[in-house]
Amino acid sequence: MTPTIAILLIITFVLSTVGLLLLIWSIANNQFSHGQAAARTIFSPGEEGHSEDPARPADEPFTGNTIEQAEAIEARWTADQSSRTAVLTWLSSSVFWLLLGSFFGLASSIKMHLPEFLTASEFLTFGRIRPVHLNAVTYGWASMAGIGVALFLIPRLFKTSLVGGKYAVIGGFIWNIGLVLGLSAITLGLSDGEEWLEFPWQIDLLFVVGGAMCAAPLLLTAANRNVEHLYVTSWYLMAALVWFPILFLIANLPFAFPGASGATVNWWFAHNVLGLWVTPIGIGIAYYMIPKILGKPIISYQLSLIGFWSLALFYSQVGIHHLIGGPIPTWLVTLSIVHSVMMSIPVITVAINHHGTMMGNFGRLKDSPTLRFVWIGALMYTVASLQGSMEALRSINVITHFTHYTVAHAHLGMYAFLSFILFGAVYFIMPRLTNWEWPWRKLISLHFWLVSIGILIYVVSLTVAGWKQGVALLDAAMPFMDIVKMTLPALQARTLGGALMTLGHLVFAFHFIAMLMRQGAATEQPTLFRPAVKENAQ
Amino acid sequence: MKRALAIMVGAALILLLATLTLVVMPYLQMSAEQVPPDLKPYTEQQQRGRQVYIANGCVYCHSQQPRDPSFAPGDKARGWGRPSVPGDYAYDEPHLLGTMRTGPDLFNIGARQPSIDWQLMHLYNPRAIIKGSIMPSYPFLFRHVDEPVEGDKVVNIPPPYGPESGTIVATEDALALAEYMLALDHTYPAPTLPKRPPKSDEPKENRAP
Repeated sequence: MTPTIAILLIITFVLSTVGLLLLIWSIANNQFSHGQAAARTIFSPGEEGHSEDPARPADEPFTGNTIEQAEAIEARWTADQSSRTAVLTWLSSSVFWLLLGSFFGLASSIKMHLPEFLTASEFLTFGRIRPVHLNAVTYGWASMAGIGVALFLIPRLFKTSLVGGKYAVIGGFIWNIGLVLGLSAITLGLSDGEEWLEFPWQIDLLFVVGGAMCAAPLLLTAANRNVEHLYVTSWYLMAALVWFPILFLIANLPFAFPGASGATVNWWFAHNVLGLWVTPIGIGIAYYMIPKILGKPIISYQLSLIGFWSLALFYSQVGIHHLIGGPIPTWLVTLSIVHSVMMSIPVITVAINHHGTMMGNFGRLKDSPTLRFVWIGALMYTVASLQGSMEALRSINVITHFTHYTVAHAHLGMYAFLSFILFGAVYFIMPRLTNWEWPWRKLISLHFWLVSIGILIYVVSLTVAGWKQGVALLDAAMPFMDIVKMTLPALQARTLGGALMTLGHLVFAFHFIAMLMRQGAATEQPTLFRPAVKENAQ
Repeated sequence: MKRALAIMVGAALILLLATLTLVVMPYLQMSAEQVPPDLKPYTEQQQRGRQVYIANGCVYCHSQQPRDPSFAPGDKARGWGRPSVPGDYAYDEPHLLGTMRTGPDLFNIGARQPSIDWQLMHLYNPRAIIKGSIMPSYPFLFRHVDEPVEGDKVVNIPPPYGPESGTIVATEDALALAEYMLALDHTYPAPTLPKRPPKSDEPKENRAP
């Protein structure tokens, strides 16, 4: 036991030292004193108090009251246009992968309660289409849409044009090739065999290269920036783009980690994909969209920085809570549990900022598609994260581990949090890149309600059934087949929820394509959930 | 630029710290762990079966890691075996610990169901053996022949699950997978488990499904 304790002490010491050094650095560099001034960098001069809403001319279009202000707005338009090709490459690809991933997810769900569905072909067996679903929506939809939105936000945040956008375009092509090859490999039975790491390692190199090609414009644009403060969104985006290639490279090192230590690397990676890749992207986007649409800065800039560094410190060490009770050293599991619980610090700071900024403005949810998607996403981040901290506790985990409860939790995070924020961001970005309005307001509404009701059914049914399943599994008096039968209604409900979500994605994709083709009538009105006329009448 | 770089370097350093604690240190500790003397390396056929297991994603519904009965009493009581230790996985590359128990844990399936005919029949159609099972059938691991030739492994499927005429024979992949299932037998004692007060020799695995 002595070495274990020594190791724990050393870890704790190193951790606190690093944290302290970061804090000292932050204070020495005046990261804290500028506070609210930094929070205002996302607004152009005089823009604060004006909403920038989903479409080109906002409902009260702010074009600047002075020449200087008008020039700033003009410069932003130029910045938006500079990222156009790169952003559209990544976003269009992501929508395609979302559709493909949804169909594979739906088919997997159907197979769970109709086991004879599509069993004739080995290419469509459950154990292959399920990882195709996961990899298509994680690396195809979430990652590509996340990078697309990041490429759009970078020039805006740095108030300059995107430099080196062509690298991002090439990176997008490489990433897509990687996805095609990787998903084909899984279908052909050439999976590497570890969850979240199924793509053969040779193919993984394409993602490292494709991702690095996106880091190039980020660095070049950052070097060219015209802002004094780095807004918190850029902190998250920069960190995410640093983290992902490192993670992906180490986790995919072939033949490096055999046996049980392979499992720790596996889950160190898998949870970091969530914690250090998609989460910073999602939170970062929300940190930009919410204040921008409300026309008011986030309530506490200092808190947002504490949230950032504590997320980095704590989230990076939570992965092993996926192996509680598993054949690995106890100190390792304890370390991850402690950090999982500590995650409530960054989660609460982010929640204070996101929801606190919303206070008094909830009425805007009625008309702004972006705000509605993004804020619900932010709210679900709070819910899913706190739930995750609870789930890491041994007493809860002994029940929820190995059950459908975890699947519901994963979708609460990846879908209700991340995908909702990405949907909202796409509704914000597309009008600015295409200089065209979303053609059909009702389609946005339809998309919203389909996916919202879908994910609600999904999460509620699997959460309840998963919990019951977990309790029953601990009691050997309950025969295994009885537990399987008990979960069947929830598995059927999941198919219903998944079908609604897939329908929602079809609506979204149709609308996205219509937008690319500039369908519908030219309009000077932003596409809000309610006609602006009605809103003005209030 | 200085500040942007500082953020990125700081972020990278934090990740490296996490890599040290979650990747390097466990690796050093676990690779030094004793391999149980009774654990046999996989044969070539079993290794091939393991690849079939990976290719068809069995891991998405089946775990291979019984937990300690003092922590999760159901695991041992269901006959899934003693808690596993790192040494049990010495020959596993990649690991197949799994995260779901849509189906039962398979760490000791070879001890629970030691008959290759049971395994093959179950793979051809799980419902032929276990009513209400939601495991997929794997017909593509079998061949449907009119008349088996010498050397064919015939799988007798009870009606109505088999074909109306002819015979079902196992492919090499099916045989390898079944052999891998039988190799999943970790009923030997684990030398690294903390010794408990002896409670009369516990029976080998009970055969409950």
